[in-house]
Amino acid sequence: MEFLLAKYNYWFYILIMMVGFYAMISKNNLVKKMIGVSIFQAAIILFYVSIGAKRGATIPIIEHGHDAVHHIDPTAYINPLPHVLMLTAIVVSVSTLGVALALISKIYAKYGTIEEDEINEQLTDV
Amino acid sequence: MSNLQAPILLVTIPLLAAFFAALGGMLHRKISFPIALIAIILSFHQSIIVLLKVVNDGVINYRIGGWMPPFGIEYVVDHLNAMVLVVITFVSLISIIYSKLIVERELPDKIPQFYTLYLLLTTGLLGITITGDAFNLYVLLEISALATYALLALGKDRALISTFNYLILGTIGASLYLLGVGHLYIATGSLNMADLFRILPSLSGNSAVMVGFILIIVGVWIKMAFFPAHGWLPNAYTYAPSSSICLIAPLMTKVSVYIMIRIMFSVFSAEFTFANIAWQTAVVWCSVIAIIGGSLQALAQRDFRKMLTFLVVAEVGYMVGGVWLANEIGISGAILHILNDALMTLCLFLVAGILIFKTQRHQLMDFRGMFRKMPVTMGAFIIGALSMIGVPPTCGFFSKWYLIQGAIEAGRWEFMAALIFSSLVNAVLFFRIIEIGHFQHETDSHDHAEEKISEAPAIMLIPLVVVAIALVVIGLYTNDIVTNVIQHAVPVL
Repeated sequence: MEFLLAKYNYWFYILIMMVGFYAMISKNNLVKKMIGVSIFQAAIILFYVSIGAKRGATIPIIEHGHDAVHHIDPTAYINPLPHVLMLTAIVVSVSTLGVALALISKIYAKYGTIEEDEINEQLTDV
Repeated sequence: MSNLQAPILLVTIPLLAAFFAALGGMLHRKISFPIALIAIILSFHQSIIVLLKVVNDGVINYRIGGWMPPFGIEYVVDHLNAMVLVVITFVSLISIIYSKLIVERELPDKIPQFYTLYLLLTTGLLGITITGDAFNLYVLLEISALATYALLALGKDRALISTFNYLILGTIGASLYLLGVGHLYIATGSLNMADLFRILPSLSGNSAVMVGFILIIVGVWIKMAFFPAHGWLPNAYTYAPSSSICLIAPLMTKVSVYIMIRIMFSVFSAEFTFANIAWQTAVVWCSVIAIIGGSLQALAQRDFRKMLTFLVVAEVGYMVGGVWLANEIGISGAILHILNDALMTLCLFLVAGILIFKTQRHQLMDFRGMFRKMPVTMGAFIIGALSMIGVPPTCGFFSKWYLIQGAIEAGRWEFMAALIFSSLVNAVLFFRIIEIGHFQHETDSHDHAEEKISEAPAIMLIPLVVVAIALVVIGLYTNDIVTNVIQHAVPVL
């Protein structure tokens, strides 16, 4: 129990990731598959964001930092780097979703459906 | 610290040109091609400068914006990626000239968009290769992947569905890579590759580092279509438009192999990879299956393009297997094969593109009578085929020779057997086509339209001939390439 609670953020990200993975593999509808991919990516983003957090720490803006050079206690501030990285990762994830939705709308225009089994049926008929 | 600007120009020229190609395309659609061409020529020139500099003076470290690593992003060019950079810009240059007419015919109303995506893909690949930062690599990996999805989806038939499947798998691969980098970041607090390389040995046995390595390598394997994650590649590449496949097929898998080598030896160490992870047996067996399975599947195809895609799967097996033989000769062979295979694949896809351009078809039977109608194209095809089989003096022989020597040294007879088996299958494959082209002529049932097929226009032939000559020239100068470039890229084991 101690083991579960101490690292609960990791357990949650794995849980969310598996939800996304499940949707990606088992859903028949292409949009739902893509939502699965987004959940999968969101889980990784949460993982990164959570590793920057520290108990009792505040946002990383140094008070009176412009006045003089003084000692900075790193445990008083959360680590901003993972958050900054994730801004980029969010952009990547959004653009992936955008490209995928564009593809899906093309698929719909061509096959008249976005259910994978119905598309496969049409493909095998030809 | 020299103030050589070539490393950054190499990447930013195509990036900026992508913007101008899109903007200029709004004014007139014919403007995009010259912009793209000039950008790639300049980028090629810069990559040559970088390669010469590295060969003469050693590793280049370029600090973007003057920020000191590990805080800033650093571009690091050593012998390995200097070579890969030249390969990327060369392939990009060849196929942009070659595909001008194809684009005008295949995508007449999307010319500016095509060149924008083409430049972005080149930028992404160059950035992946040159960067010394693990997270920066992820971003550029996704830039090139997104451009690839858009380019592949322009194709016909099943292109949309197979691209969608590729998108899902490609995203999983890149996400696993990102997750792995996160694990390394937790353990080390750094994203700079050189910094990671320095810190990681003190953490051997740390399970987060192990999991990070596994996630990154598995992610990269999905991206490069290594067995058993190769399923997406044949369909995605078969239905792609021939204008973009000449850029994508030779480069995407090769750059992924480069990432794998970089992660194994420059982020982690050879010692960590081969002693702590110790997957050599399993990975070499997987590549044996990739080589044999890919070759057999290729043999079963009647479609020339689809046959080539299965050969790409087999060639990925060559390179991954060669690296995981865990000896210097095997790794040299794998690195040399990145160069050779990029050009061989390019040569064969260029031939396929000409065939489609001229006949609108790409079945093996469409080669009937082609030696008479297109002697130059088929001459280049024979050189590409001989290189794929591994006949000296074409370059394919030399990398295969290194790989076989590496297999013998490692005592991995199954890998050696797979290489020889694949050579034999390739010989059957290509001689079958040569036979069709030489000895079978159309029966009378065909209409006369086909008789008019003649040699392709010069703008397509010249790039093809250049690549065919390069295959032989690289073969003849293999020794120089190995002593000047590849020897320095191989880690000391």
